[in-house]
Amino acid sequence: MAHSGRRDSPELPDFSLLKRLARDQLIYLLEQQHEVDKLYKVEYKPIISTSDQVCFLIRPRIQTVKWIYVANADKAAGKFRRYKIIFTPQKFYACEAVLEEQGLFGDVTTDEWAFYLLPLDDDIISLELPEFFRDNFLAGDQRWVRTVGSALHLLHSIYGPFSKIYGIGRCAKMAYESWKEQVEEGDTKARQAEIGNAFLIDRDVDYITPLCSQVVYEGLVDDIFRIKCGCVEFGHDVTSSDKSVKVMLNSQDKVFSEIRNEHFSNVFSFLSQKARNLQTAYDKRRGMDIKQMKTFVSEELKGLKQEHRLLSLHIGACESIMKKKTKQDFQELLKTEHSLLEGFEIRECISFIEEHINRQVSMIESLRLLCLLSITENGLLPKDFRALKAQYLQSYGVDHLLTFANLRQLGLLVEQQPGETLTVMESKVGKLVNDKTAGKLTDAFSSLAKKSHFRALSRKLNLVPKSDEEYDLRVPRDMAYIFSGAYIPLSCKLIEQVLERDSWTGLEEVTKLLNGHEFAFTDLRAKSDAQRIILVMFLGGCTFSEISALRFLGRERGYKFIVVTTAITNSSRLIEALLGNKV
Amino acid sequence: MMKNKPDEEDYWNSSKFKAFTFDDEDDEFSRLKESKQAVNSIRSLVEEEDDEDEVEKVSWSGEPVGSISWSVRETAASNQKTQREHAFPKINASSPSVSRSHSGYSLSSLFKGKTKPGNFQPFTDSLSESSVKLYAPELRKPKSESKDYISDWSPEETIHRMQQGKVVSLERFRSLQDKLLLLDFSVRAHDGNIITAVILFTLTSIIRVLFRELESRQTALRHFIHYLTEIRDHRLLLELLSKRRDFLKSCLNLPFSPEESAHVQDHYTLLERQIIIEHAGKVEIFQKFPRRASILNMPLITTLYYCCFYHYNEPEGTYSSPLNIRHTFRISEKQYFVTVLAARAKLKAWSDLDALFTSRNWLGFTKKKSPLSFHRVVDILQKNSAPTQVLQEYVGLVDDADLRIGLAQKHKCHDIVINTYRDLKDRQLLLGYRGKVERGSAEERKINDLLDSPHIRWKN
Repeated sequence: MAHSGRRDSPELPDFSLLKRLARDQLIYLLEQQHEVDKLYKVEYKPIISTSDQVCFLIRPRIQTVKWIYVANADKAAGKFRRYKIIFTPQKFYACEAVLEEQGLFGDVTTDEWAFYLLPLDDDIISLELPEFFRDNFLAGDQRWVRTVGSALHLLHSIYGPFSKIYGIGRCAKMAYESWKEQVEEGDTKARQAEIGNAFLIDRDVDYITPLCSQVVYEGLVDDIFRIKCGCVEFGHDVTSSDKSVKVMLNSQDKVFSEIRNEHFSNVFSFLSQKARNLQTAYDKRRGMDIKQMKTFVSEELKGLKQEHRLLSLHIGACESIMKKKTKQDFQELLKTEHSLLEGFEIRECISFIEEHINRQVSMIESLRLLCLLSITENGLLPKDFRALKAQYLQSYGVDHLLTFANLRQLGLLVEQQPGETLTVMESKVGKLVNDKTAGKLTDAFSSLAKKSHFRALSRKLNLVPKSDEEYDLRVPRDMAYIFSGAYIPLSCKLIEQVLERDSWTGLEEVTKLLNGHEFAFTDLRAKSDAQRIILVMFLGGCTFSEISALRFLGRERGYKFIVVTTAITNSSRLIEALLGNKV
Repeated sequence: MMKNKPDEEDYWNSSKFKAFTFDDEDDEFSRLKESKQAVNSIRSLVEEEDDEDEVEKVSWSGEPVGSISWSVRETAASNQKTQREHAFPKINASSPSVSRSHSGYSLSSLFKGKTKPGNFQPFTDSLSESSVKLYAPELRKPKSESKDYISDWSPEETIHRMQQGKVVSLERFRSLQDKLLLLDFSVRAHDGNIITAVILFTLTSIIRVLFRELESRQTALRHFIHYLTEIRDHRLLLELLSKRRDFLKSCLNLPFSPEESAHVQDHYTLLERQIIIEHAGKVEIFQKFPRRASILNMPLITTLYYCCFYHYNEPEGTYSSPLNIRHTFRISEKQYFVTVLAARAKLKAWSDLDALFTSRNWLGFTKKKSPLSFHRVVDILQKNSAPTQVLQEYVGLVDDADLRIGLAQKHKCHDIVINTYRDLKDRQLLLGYRGKVERGSAEERKINDLLDSPHIRWKN
């Protein structure tokens, strides 16, 4: 809304080129096939088509390739067709091995559509690979590392060179190396740099942020309605008609672009102000003469109508959000989350979560809270862990034993090991003595525990502002506003700190708590005026709240951030990716 | 074959081999040495066990090796030549390799891998030799494309070409050592696609040694496991699911941790129970409230809810009685209360709730007690649209005065609000509240009576 920001913010490069490139390549691929009749969604059922050639466009997944085998049943019926699979963004040997195994290799030919990057908005680019998270972090499968490297390479060759690259996380490091290798393979032409620095970050560096409830408008819309590829479907409860409507949510939507980064509590007053303005604009036509009316109709009316439509849509969405959130005791839920972040009244939080489970409220929500509890508390006490786990399994089914195994593997939900209680003591002692001593104590204790160090990180980076101060959400003073002033997202704070210092120097203790894997490389040849344009790449997904926080940081410091992510994520998507109950 | 021998020596001793060096040499070399040690130890193992036949099968005569490694090359070739595609379906494991000489493939290279023990020595030498040399960056460069045979690519080059989707030949990686070397390079390239491919095309044929080797190669192992998970036969799994009970029974003997096997044991008992419960019950209640789904395979709490709904008053001895379930599965008091509450409230059986919360002390007085705070109870009741009288009773039990009055106002429990204000002797609040009740209602009269009462000393 009334964010002035700094004047010297640079302009973002134009990413529509990426779309054009991808489209042209697809058209070329399809035209190679003669007369592509229709694109089918690949499903577990036969394809009805009179055409004698069928073309599939799929992600390289073994399961999908197997479906094609089923769809291909007409081979048995003695019908001859030609099949072509176009894998995007690339094919995998394992997929082709499946075709060979099925005896279909040759009947089916394959191709690749190197579609890596989908610009969702002026400053958001997605690889649309939600499976990246599970494949990489849970299964430990690095199949997408090169893909990420290639995506980076593509950006680099069109908008680069980058003068500096920072990163943290194992996967970030590997992606960087893969990209570097690809740069060496190709010939690099000197070109005008449109992006200054890049920052790569693994999702597992910060699980807290995506597990928190989102309260910034865009994030809230994503939590409730699920935004897919920058597009959301509003049901009849929003449109107040029997039709649902699909809307693109991006900076083109003039109403949305003004509220997307706002805390939800501000959105209503903004929308009603906007409605009043609109009314005034409409009212202007009273007392107009014919000529004025003509100009009004030809110049303003269309815009006003458009705005009217958008406004009523977003008001509808707000009402629907309010209704849903009051129904589920959102206030109390937020209070619990904030207590966990602060490390305050933990017993109350546990009994809140327990009741949640007992009442069989959302299975995902319960897990989300359990994970938040575990990460912030550096694991659950064995007694609590067993009791909560048992109740969870009783409420939602024993198949979730596998879910628990998955969560444990990622360190999202763990039982405190004996000896780790020392860190609890350390954090208590740390609160009593001053910071310097606490730092020394942390050093002494950190050798004893290896897991999440949220408390220590939170203290070092000042992630949780003091709760006794009033936080004016209308005039945010830091990135904490995206969580009602209760917490500054760790991921964004790291980025802020590194950019401020222009290196990792001085953050050694923090990176140690984050298990290291940080890096920074400078390309001396690349000198550019685009230093203030910063590409941030999230490996494993990022949330809309994080994007809002970075936009805020950009406005404050005169940066422009471009967020590249393997996919947009939120707490539900994150947890759903780890469920093990579907055998 | 003989002709190629010097080439091979050349190859191992050439600077090209030394050229694939790394920045973090120590780490990588220890890795390679590890491979080598592992290989050597296996070799001795294999020889000890006198498993000559196995070894033979592993190397070439076995058909799977041929078909799998072929596919890589054919795959790549198919991109270039589409007109040949009709020949592809006919390729199968038994088709002899000679027939594809058109692919620039050399017969000699085919047998290269068969050179047995002697092959190890030069490799070792070159390793130890190179380890003392300086790794000048320019040495890595020459990746000449001018080689005569595609089979001459070094492991590193092979991996590199695979990443670019170019033609490679994996036939030459025949010895376990070579295979593992190739695998280690694929891991170094951080490319899951290639890691899986190397395992698939060169290593599945030696599956028995593979597991042991992968133990020390965590990254590769995880790729293999993920691949196996992905290719699993889903029809078989569905079959398993329908036999879930037997399946679980067999699971009980699996090495679960003690805590987890208790959960699995419970689940087994639950499934047995559900089968009994599924067919039990009186017809009337099912006619009145038809079931929406079968109870089979539902979670425990859902089962308990079901029993609270359809079998509430059954004696504890029956399997479908809620109390029986509570005891069998050691359900906590709170969990039990919440579930009973939800189920009986759904049926609007308010008297059951009354009995549930009432406890009698030793003097015979009754008191309402709940493991769940009463404001939550009110919340659940209200969601099940309990009438005001019922709500009022439970709102009145909320300890905290502020919370109580908030709830009372929200749910229009006028009596509670009025009595609380009276107890607070707050005339102003009472006056204010009069505006909120219906005109001419009993509540309004009650407020008027109180306001007129001479016995109350108002504080304002």
